[in-house]
Amino acid sequence: MTEEIGYTALVMAFLLALYGAGAAAFGAKRQRPELVESARRAMLLSWPLISVAALAIIVLLVSGRYDVEYVAKVTSSTMPPYLKVTALWGGQAGSLVFWSWLMAAFASAAGLRRWDRDRDLLPWVIVVTMVTLAFFLSLVIFVENPFRRLWLDPVGNTVTAFLRPAGARPLVPSDGQGLNPLLRHPGMIIHPPMLYLGFVSFVIPYAFAIAALVSRRTDDRWIRVTRRWTLVAWLFLSLGLLLGGRWAYDVLGWGGYWGWDPVEIAAFMPWLSGTAFLHSVMVQEKKGMLKHWNVLLIILTYALVIFGTFLTRSGVLSSVHAFAQSAIGPMFFAFIGITSIVSVRLLLDRWGALRGENQLNSLISRESLFLLNNFLFIIILAVCFLGVIFPLASELFTGQTVTVGPEWYERITGPLFAGLLLLMGVAPLSAYGSSSWRLLGRQLWVPGALSLVVPAGLLLAGVRNWAAVLGYSLAGLVALVTLYEFWRGALARHRRHGESVPLALVRLAGRNRRRYGGYIIHLGVVLMALGIIGIELFQTETQGTLARGEQLSLGQHVLVFEGLTQFGTPDGREVSRAEVSVYKDGRFVGRLFPRQDFYVAANQPMTIPGVRSTLEEDLYLLLVGWEPIAQQGATFKVFHNPLVNFVWLGGLVFILGTLVAAWPDRETAPVRRRVPAGAWASGD
Amino acid sequence: MRQPIAALLLAGFLAASEPPALVSAQAEEPTEDEVNAIAKGLYCPVCENVPLDVCPTLACKQWRETIREKLALGWNQEQIEQYFVEQYGDRVLAAPPAHGLNWAVYLIPPAVFLAGAAVLVGAMRAWRRPPVDHGMSQPAAAEDPYLDRLEEELRARG
Repeated sequence: MTEEIGYTALVMAFLLALYGAGAAAFGAKRQRPELVESARRAMLLSWPLISVAALAIIVLLVSGRYDVEYVAKVTSSTMPPYLKVTALWGGQAGSLVFWSWLMAAFASAAGLRRWDRDRDLLPWVIVVTMVTLAFFLSLVIFVENPFRRLWLDPVGNTVTAFLRPAGARPLVPSDGQGLNPLLRHPGMIIHPPMLYLGFVSFVIPYAFAIAALVSRRTDDRWIRVTRRWTLVAWLFLSLGLLLGGRWAYDVLGWGGYWGWDPVEIAAFMPWLSGTAFLHSVMVQEKKGMLKHWNVLLIILTYALVIFGTFLTRSGVLSSVHAFAQSAIGPMFFAFIGITSIVSVRLLLDRWGALRGENQLNSLISRESLFLLNNFLFIIILAVCFLGVIFPLASELFTGQTVTVGPEWYERITGPLFAGLLLLMGVAPLSAYGSSSWRLLGRQLWVPGALSLVVPAGLLLAGVRNWAAVLGYSLAGLVALVTLYEFWRGALARHRRHGESVPLALVRLAGRNRRRYGGYIIHLGVVLMALGIIGIELFQTETQGTLARGEQLSLGQHVLVFEGLTQFGTPDGREVSRAEVSVYKDGRFVGRLFPRQDFYVAANQPMTIPGVRSTLEEDLYLLLVGWEPIAQQGATFKVFHNPLVNFVWLGGLVFILGTLVAAWPDRETAPVRRRVPAGAWASGD
Repeated sequence: MRQPIAALLLAGFLAASEPPALVSAQAEEPTEDEVNAIAKGLYCPVCENVPLDVCPTLACKQWRETIREKLALGWNQEQIEQYFVEQYGDRVLAAPPAHGLNWAVYLIPPAVFLAGAAVLVGAMRAWRRPPVDHGMSQPAAAEDPYLDRLEEELRARG
């Protein structure tokens, strides 16, 4: 019964989404506001319906209904209840329902806002969000039905179907396969929802952009309305990437947090285009420029959101043939193609009316530097896209699969990221409109001169890695420029209003949250850069097989193998856990317990590191192998990861800055119509 | 797509196919770090995107043993990589070798960069108009009335 309720709710939501899209478009074309209102209500109703379906899946998961294929695949009797609930997004069908649920929630939130000033945008926002929702619901209704049950046909074959096939009888396995062990980590429980939230939130600014195009609005209203949506999307996507990195560091056991894996890059690509968008919209708001570019960027971001989901859900990453054989892959491919073509066609139709209202006065003005920033982000995006696509293209055209590994990405993107750091150091001091090298030099010389302390200090300390010296120098420049911006602003308030400097800082940030939130984000990036450069350029490692009491050295650290224990756990793991004493500079600093968990049912090992963490460094110890009978010898791999914790610290600052920038405030800015409404006609 | 079992069998076969006498003939056993230095740049066909030096599967463990044996025989990194390429194809390498279609991954990024730079320069030139001489320098513009005032204050301070 539960599955019937859930499936019916999904079908009803799908029909409502189709109706909503159709009624909104028809209502807008025929000037019938009652139809648009009806569509809005359909949109609002879709969320409770999908909530019913999601709840039905959770009930099935928690109650151990192993006759349902999805439940049997992602849960088992040994899993704790909270993992059974989070298994909603642990498999393909459930994650698509979860995506749809979030999409409906965001669409409803958009539908509930005050539309007084934007009535003309409403129908097309409904159309875009409901078409997107209908697409994802069609995947779960027609292809990846999470309510499909297991049956035994008359000849004894196992079949899956929602309705009982003729002559078949129900198949009820005694237990399920259980969630992929790699996904049973707190980081992995939160990571997918964060990414999905980020993905789904970006649909809203895209919907407003398309609505502005269709309804012929040339002002920057769509950008102002969606500014916060975009920041929220970016926040969640950033959080998702950070949590994914932390999960990889804690669970995957290879000593790092980012492996340039296609699944990681699938989430990174919309983040890159979204970051470019967040910068370039400021130019449109301030100068009325880059209108085409901003629409193009949000179209690109939307396409990459769908593409990212496609990459991880279609099986295409395993093999192009797997993609061709799956029904879901071609559907995604078609949807991305159709939406991109329609969006770009719409943009081209309105091209003439979207001309900029200003011109570049200087190559070092703020808007020029933002353009350069966008250029670098898009080149990095293109590199990532090539790296993900090339193995598939190679397999398709030559039959040869190839690997595009981290070294390729790092070699190409390293200088581009350095360029972005340089821009982060310079752009905050540049002016909009007219600017000159003299002016920029005057602004830059104090922090620039102070930042020379960094390379000088590094060279005096004996660092001869030019990439590290350059990277840290740029990070130093960004930090000093950013702090200088805070300082001069706070000082001005202090002198003008007599406020104490701390109070002036708080009020300064409070009065222009986006600007100063952005600066906090820049400081977060600086901290992350310290960690990334540290681990990328100065990571050391060694491996050795030790008998009990023997030691392994790495730099200042000595590790002594004390013993190994093996035991089973109630959740079906066979655990082998080593005990290792750690000495630094001859002084005992603690014990580490690296272990290998073998999930018997899934036949899958997991290497869980033992980590000694300080702000300065991580000592990251892996149990690679051991002698199972004597338990006397074990092989360890140990990494020394300098400054890696600055990645996480920087991530926290980064998130804090985004929260400051996205924090709601009263909307006071008037709608800016820089171009007469009639100008649209010239572009048609 | 090769199946995991087939890869395991192949790896096992390769590991077992070296004559033990040859291995023992080498005076010095390669260290695990020497093995990992080569394994770091190799990927087995089964464990997607996990380099060989940290992959926990049995197949990868056997590959590492093969590397150890080859090192003991005096093979260098290039020979060992070539050996795995001949057995499993180019996909075992961390980056596509520069031949045929693979050139694309090395040529497209600089080409995209140059093309993008050309478009950017073209766009900037098209948008640019002669700079207006204001007779004095202007500091960074503010983004709201408050910051306009703030900038005025900063200007006043010189």
